[in-house]
Amino acid sequence: MNRTRTLLAALGTLALLACLPLLAIPVPGVLPGYTYEPGTLQLLALCWLTAALALSYNLLFGVAGLMSFGHALYFAAGIYGLAIVLDRTDVPLLPAAALVLVGGVALAFVVGAISLRVTGISFAMVTLAFAQAGNVLVRRDQGDLTGGEEGLALATDGVPAALVGVVNTRNLYWLALVVLLLVYLVVLWIERSRAGHVAAAVRENEVRVRIIGGRPYLTKLVVFVLAASLATVVGMAYLLLQSGASPATSTADFTLTLLVMVVLGGVGSRWGAVVGAVLYTLLDQRLAELAHSEAVAGLPAVLRIPLSEPMFLLGTCFVLVVLFLPGGLAGAAQRLAARRRPAPEGAAA
Amino acid sequence: MSTLILLIATGLGLGGLYFLVASGLSLIYGLMGVLNFAHGSFLTLGAFVGLAAGNLVGAGTWGGLLLGLVVGALTGAAAATVTELGLIRPLYNRHIEQVLVTVGLSLATVALFEGIWGPNPRNVTRPGWLASTTDVLGAHVPNTAFLNVLAGAAVLCGIVAFLRYTRYGLIIRAGVENRAMVTALGIDVRRAFTLVFAVGGAAAGLGGVLATQSLNYVSPHMGASLLIFAFIVTVIGGMGSLTGAAVASVVVAVLQQLANFYLNNTGDLIVVLLLALVLLVRPSGLLGRPA
Repeated sequence: MNRTRTLLAALGTLALLACLPLLAIPVPGVLPGYTYEPGTLQLLALCWLTAALALSYNLLFGVAGLMSFGHALYFAAGIYGLAIVLDRTDVPLLPAAALVLVGGVALAFVVGAISLRVTGISFAMVTLAFAQAGNVLVRRDQGDLTGGEEGLALATDGVPAALVGVVNTRNLYWLALVVLLLVYLVVLWIERSRAGHVAAAVRENEVRVRIIGGRPYLTKLVVFVLAASLATVVGMAYLLLQSGASPATSTADFTLTLLVMVVLGGVGSRWGAVVGAVLYTLLDQRLAELAHSEAVAGLPAVLRIPLSEPMFLLGTCFVLVVLFLPGGLAGAAQRLAARRRPAPEGAAA
Repeated sequence: MSTLILLIATGLGLGGLYFLVASGLSLIYGLMGVLNFAHGSFLTLGAFVGLAAGNLVGAGTWGGLLLGLVVGALTGAAAATVTELGLIRPLYNRHIEQVLVTVGLSLATVALFEGIWGPNPRNVTRPGWLASTTDVLGAHVPNTAFLNVLAGAAVLCGIVAFLRYTRYGLIIRAGVENRAMVTALGIDVRRAFTLVFAVGGAAAGLGGVLATQSLNYVSPHMGASLLIFAFIVTVIGGMGSLTGAAVASVVVAVLQQLANFYLNNTGDLIVVLLLALVLLVRPSGLLGRPA
């Protein structure tokens, strides 16, 4: 009964989100304009893609307990891979995407196989080092492939006309929503699968899994490769949405912002990751607007400088959440629900 | 031949800088199991405040530089102590949360530094001698390399002496070996934690001021870029091993310089490859204890 209600609510929300480009709803303070305007749709689509990426990171960090600092590598591999294939060859979009996905899986397999030889903090550092190597490669622009600091514009010859241009932002919006739904379903499927259960068990107690005959290394590698492949897929959609690749998406800081989103929403919670990512993206955008507003410019330096740096406010928020709100937003929501109903109904999502 | 000497000398200088950052990381990790992402911010803060103090005496004078080094180290130590007491201590034994807090702190502080000092690098004025070079067997070695090597060696000797000959050093060494046992013997390890953070922060702050002399600029992002190599050095040397960090700093930096010159600017990639190789052969690092 309860499950049907949750499912219906989810489907209703999805239907509403899918209809947004056809409606004219203003949300003052949150969205820049009416929901059918390209600017608003672009921002919302960015929210959905970021949420999908955060979901893939949550699979890695929340489910398997692997704190990777190099998730941006696979995201950037999707972006740059597709951009380069479309730029250099005449392959149409779908075969090119398949090709890039294969490349992303291979990359994740090699890096994962090496970095999973160490655990815990060392694993985090090693993934960071590999991602940094990717970042260096992208910035160095070997053979004019990546465009260096300038980035790479999307070559639109192979892309269907319906996905190109500001007029078609609503198609890109729907694409982003489909990607989010797809990633959500895949993550749900993995978590409910045998591999997902073993991965969660490895997170809790690796030695014990080994003793009862499980293979932690293999399980972790499978989850690592799956999460990385999802990030590659999201990266390809991101390229179409932003119609260009920028080196900022391959930095370690980008992975750190993913970590911030997942922790903000609540580690291990799928809804938490989505809400955290959407909240983060909107806040980042709004705070940047606030930074350039006249109200801030008139303040004394002590207040003006912190308020004009969105990252400072977000970082401080993040520290406060870690210190005082264990479980993030999802944990807080759960505690609130538990307080309202004395007999809670297990973990909701 | 002179090119090779030059590359090795600059590599050693760079290694000195890496060691100043990595020594703190390695000590903190060894004793507390905390990967300190905010270490780069200690470095940047030390650099900015140290230079500002030096400029009060006179930019480009030896007195200014000396004061800058002292103030930089003190600033780094103070920032690290405050971080340990305010953010790390409430989360003892929750390593993931501790890492997350330092991640948040590093993101926030870099943004704050950008707000205060602007996002772009600023040039610094160096004492005349540091801006020039010395002839060593026909190679024009920049004098900053000597200063960095000297500072790195001094910090290494200082920390080793501190660990070996003082009571707190003894507690720290014992804590790295077996923390539960030290606590069981009735010794308050927490004070050692704060001390280790302060020492690491001081080394980082010192490294910050020295880095501005070598790079000839100061920027809010210099900490982050040095930190990534310091991480690599720490893993290659073996987490928690001070000598390992020293050896790895030199190896990584010299290799980086050589590859940058002879192999078409691929120093950064070679370093990551070295890391992968070390992990494949010895997952616990060069001098780390096998897990």
